[in-house]
Order: sequence, then structure tokens, then C-alpha cells
Amino acid sequence: MAIYNKINERKAPSNTKGPTVWIRENLFSTPLNVALTILGIMVLFWVIPPFVKWAYINANFAGTTREDCTSGGACWVFIRMKIDMFMYGFYPSELRWRINTVYGLFFVLMAAFKYLKSPLLKVALAHVYFIVGFLLVHGGFFGIEMVPTDKWGGLMLTIMVAAVGIVCAFPIGVLLALGRASHLPIIKSISVTYIEFIRGVPLITILFMSSIILPLFFPEGVTFDKLLRALIGIAMFEAAYIAENIRGGLQSIPKGQFEAADAIGLSYWQKMFLVILPQALKVAIPNLLSVAISLFQDTTLVLIIGLFDLLAMVRLSAADSYWLGYETEGYVFVTFIFWFFCYSMSTFSQKLEKRFNTNLR
Amino acid sequence: MKDRKEIIEIKNLNKWYGDFHVLKDVNLTINKGEIIVVCGPSGSGKSTLIRCINYLEQFQEGSIIVDGIELVNDVKKIKAIREEVAMVFQHFNLFPHLTILDNLTLAPIWVKKTPRKEAEATAMKYLERVGIANQAHKYPNQLSGGQQQRVAIARSLCKNPKIMLFDEPTSALDPEMVAEVLDVMIELAREDKTMVCVTHEMGFAKKVADRIIFMDAGQIVEENTPEEFFQNPESDRLKLFLEQILSH
Repeated sequence: MAIYNKINERKAPSNTKGPTVWIRENLFSTPLNVALTILGIMVLFWVIPPFVKWAYINANFAGTTREDCTSGGACWVFIRMKIDMFMYGFYPSELRWRINTVYGLFFVLMAAFKYLKSPLLKVALAHVYFIVGFLLVHGGFFGIEMVPTDKWGGLMLTIMVAAVGIVCAFPIGVLLALGRASHLPIIKSISVTYIEFIRGVPLITILFMSSIILPLFFPEGVTFDKLLRALIGIAMFEAAYIAENIRGGLQSIPKGQFEAADAIGLSYWQKMFLVILPQALKVAIPNLLSVAISLFQDTTLVLIIGLFDLLAMVRLSAADSYWLGYETEGYVFVTFIFWFFCYSMSTFSQKLEKRFNTNLR
Repeated sequence: MKDRKEIIEIKNLNKWYGDFHVLKDVNLTINKGEIIVVCGPSGSGKSTLIRCINYLEQFQEGSIIVDGIELVNDVKKIKAIREEVAMVFQHFNLFPHLTILDNLTLAPIWVKKTPRKEAEATAMKYLERVGIANQAHKYPNQLSGGQQQRVAIARSLCKNPKIMLFDEPTSALDPEMVAEVLDVMIELAREDKTMVCVTHEMGFAKKVADRIIFMDAGQIVEENTPEEFFQNPESDRLKLFLEQILSH
């Protein structure tokens, strides 16, 4: 028999943490890792200095003509002279304030989100934003001049296609996911057929179908805006992928949650929207953001049906006979813009995950 | 017929999972205010039986009448019954994305359309009763198992049900936390509520039950008052069961 005294807590030994320990354990733990680390550093030395030299040290920033690009490095003058095209496409320059206003309103919306508590109000406000934004860019009412959609282009078109695609696809995706999880055989089979059909077809096919084949079914004289057709196609396409990701989230919810919601008397829709979906969407956030990111990149495919997004605009500008030979600068620029947006989205997704994490101790 | 004595009437209840016959000709009448403990070996159908009472499980034959409403596959009737019958689960099943307070007010606000202020006041009253009012703004995962189960009991009390169903409420708890949950249940038993508890807590059964029901292989084998149940078990199956659970 023995009685033990209470032992006080003490700090972990100092040789188990800190940067040197991290480097030793992660970079030089085995001979193979040592070799890989050295190889990695060599590759960086081989790639980074020449790039910095080209893009910054020897680059030309000042000037307005191609004659100003003399030092042999990147010719950023090209980007500077064409930036309006990249950003707004063929949108009339005296009306571009409308697009800038919509960009500005986005930050107002974000600020409002910080102060608003009710999720319902947030969703309503976001919808108002999208409708107002679209009307302002499109015009054609209250004496505001209309800008037809074939004048839209560049980054503004890319953002619009991606944003409208996601926002419209999301509610359809939620309904499809619920349909697929439903016990009602007809609803279930409609959802499954839709999802499996769309997932079996590439986005390009859907875009072709919506822009070329679909009009064949309309009566003579009925025309449909090309951009609108593309947006409908994209939204329908993304909805299937969103539905599958949400289904994954739905399956991760324990049966007890459904039973508890039933037992306290919630109806089907209350159960889904108040109890199940909030948890399922939280699980699905990383995958949903992947869908958003890949859609943002897939918007470049709208070139195929004659819409000029950012990448198409850069290609068009690089083909300008006066600026011939500067497509590298153009593509580096596009790469940076795409990286910036996609990286922001993935940072945003990590923030969302943290915010919704109620699994705290 | 408002003042009928029987609140739950189960007649010739039969249920199958596929080909497996889980409930065999179960007949049981429970009066208002009665405390019933259901026990038996695992797989004997006791959880299934009480889950039929609020239609979490469907059955193929027989009838269940709860407070004068016959249980059939009709959304309105199921809803009416679920307003009177509350259930406490083995694994608590609190909603992890909502705070304790929101867990309690969800059904009153959305099902009964109670104003939020009023619902929160009621919720706090019940949290007070189960002794966790100071945790109201935490999330379920920040609480211990015993506390979570007490929250679950408070949540089921919020709609002021006539009948409380307990499905092995202490089986998932650490031994140290069983007592705090049983204390709450004993206190509830002193009120006018009808309670049906599936449990292996024989001390609890002895203390509060009006009747104990012993089930085995999908049927009710024996039914008696606590004294008779423990002192004069009739069937061999019950004698064996009691021997096994009381021998330690």
C-alpha cells in the first residue's frame, strides 16, 4: 500500500521545440531527406535569380511604346498599355465607373456582413448586391445607357461568370443533394440521373450545347443572350458537383442528429435547414471551395463560345501586331491574377472553417 | 374522453427488420403519471419498442394510441404525437453547431412559434433545474457527458411533454457521471409526467418505478411492481438475468 503525493506541472523540455528542432526533424531527419533538401535548394537557386532578373531588375516599367522596352528584361509597358482591355474588355471606357462601383460595393457588402448577425439578412443582402450589380453593369433602364453583353470582357467577365455560376449553382446543388438523400424514389432518381449525366459530360460540351444546340430548339426569331446561355450552362454544370460535395457532408452526419431533430418535432425542411445542412456544409467547406476555385479557372473555357475572359483578352492583345512577341509578359500577368484570386479563396475557406468550428475544448 | 386514464396503449405490436422479428405481439398499457422501467438483455427489442412510441421506428402490425391519437403514417398525427412525447437518447444527440441555449430554444421557436425572449426564459428555467444554467452559452462539445445528458433532458422538457421516453440515458456515461443524470431523472419522476425508461440502472428502477417490464427476444416476458420483480421473479429467464446483473 502506498499513497502518492500530488505532482506539480512543469514545462516540456526545451530541446523538443523551436526552429532548429523543426529544421532537424523536417528537413534533415534521414539521408534521403538531406538529399532532397539540398536538391530543393539547388532548384530554387537555379530558378529564382533568373526570374527576378527578368521580371524586375532588367524589366522596363516606364514608357508607352514598344521602343521603350530596350533593356532585354520583361516589358511591363505592354501590360500597362493594355490593362484596361484586360480588366474591362470592350466595355466603353466612359462607363467603366459602373463596374468599379460594383467592385466598391463588394467591400461595402463585406463590411455590412461584419455587423449583421442574422444569416437570413445576409443572404438577402447578398442577393440584392448581385441584382443591383448586374443591373448597373448591364444598364438599359432609368436612362442609364445599356452595354450589351458582347462588349463585356476581361477580368470583369471572369469574375462575373465565376460568381454568378457559384451563386446560382449553390441552391440548386443543395436541393439536388437533398433529393439524392431523399427516401422518395421519384425525387431520388431524378436527382441521381441529373447528377450522373452532368458529371459524365465535360464543361466544354455543356457550353457548346447551351450556345449552339439549345437555340435550335427555340422558335424562329427568339434569341437568347449568349452570356446568359453560358451562365445557365455553367450553373447547371457546377450544381451537380456542388450536390456531390454536399452529399458527402450529409453522409457524415450521425443518424442520431436526424432522430433528435425528428423527436423534438421539427418538420423535414426545418430539420434539414436548421440542424443537418449547417453541419453538413461545414464539413463540405473545403471541397466546396475547391469547386469554386476550379470554376474560376474553368471560366477560361468561355472563349470557345466567343466570350472574351481575362485569358482570351491577353491572347488577343498579344496577337496585336504592334505588340507582337510579348505574350510571356501577358501570361505571367494572367498567372499572377489567377493565383491571387484562387489563393484568396483558399485563405477565405480556411477562415470559414475556423469560424464554424464549434468542436472546441 | 379527455380524462382517460390510459396515456399509451400498445396492442398486438409486431415489427420486423427485414426478416428478423424484433417485436412479437407486444401489449402494454401505460397510465397517466406512471413510471415504467423497461429492462432486458441487449437485442431484446426494448429500445425498438420505445422508439415506436414517437414513430422513430415504423411497425408493420398492431396499433399504438398515444393520448387518444392513433399512430399512423400521417405527417399531422406524427407531429401531434411528437409534441406530447419527448425523448432522451443514449448518445445525447445535442446539436453540436448550436449553443446549449439554442439547442433548447430551437423547437419552441420553430415548432411552437414561441417568441425568442419567452423561449429563452423557459430554457433558462429548465437549465437551472438540471443545474447547468451557467453553461448556457457554451457549445455541447465543451461539456462533459453527464452535463450533455442533463442538457438533453432539459431540451426535451422545453416543450412541456406529457410523456418522456428515455433510451438508455446513462449507458454512454463515465461511471462518475451516472449519478448526476439519475438525480435529475428521479426528481422528474416525482412530478406528474409519464416516464418510460429503458435502463439497466436497477437502483433507479427500485426507487422510482411503478412497474418494471422485462423483455426478451422481442416479447414482454414479465411485468411487475419493483418489490415483486426483484424478490419473486417468476420466469427462469428473468431469474437468470437478475442473477447476472445483481451478482457484482
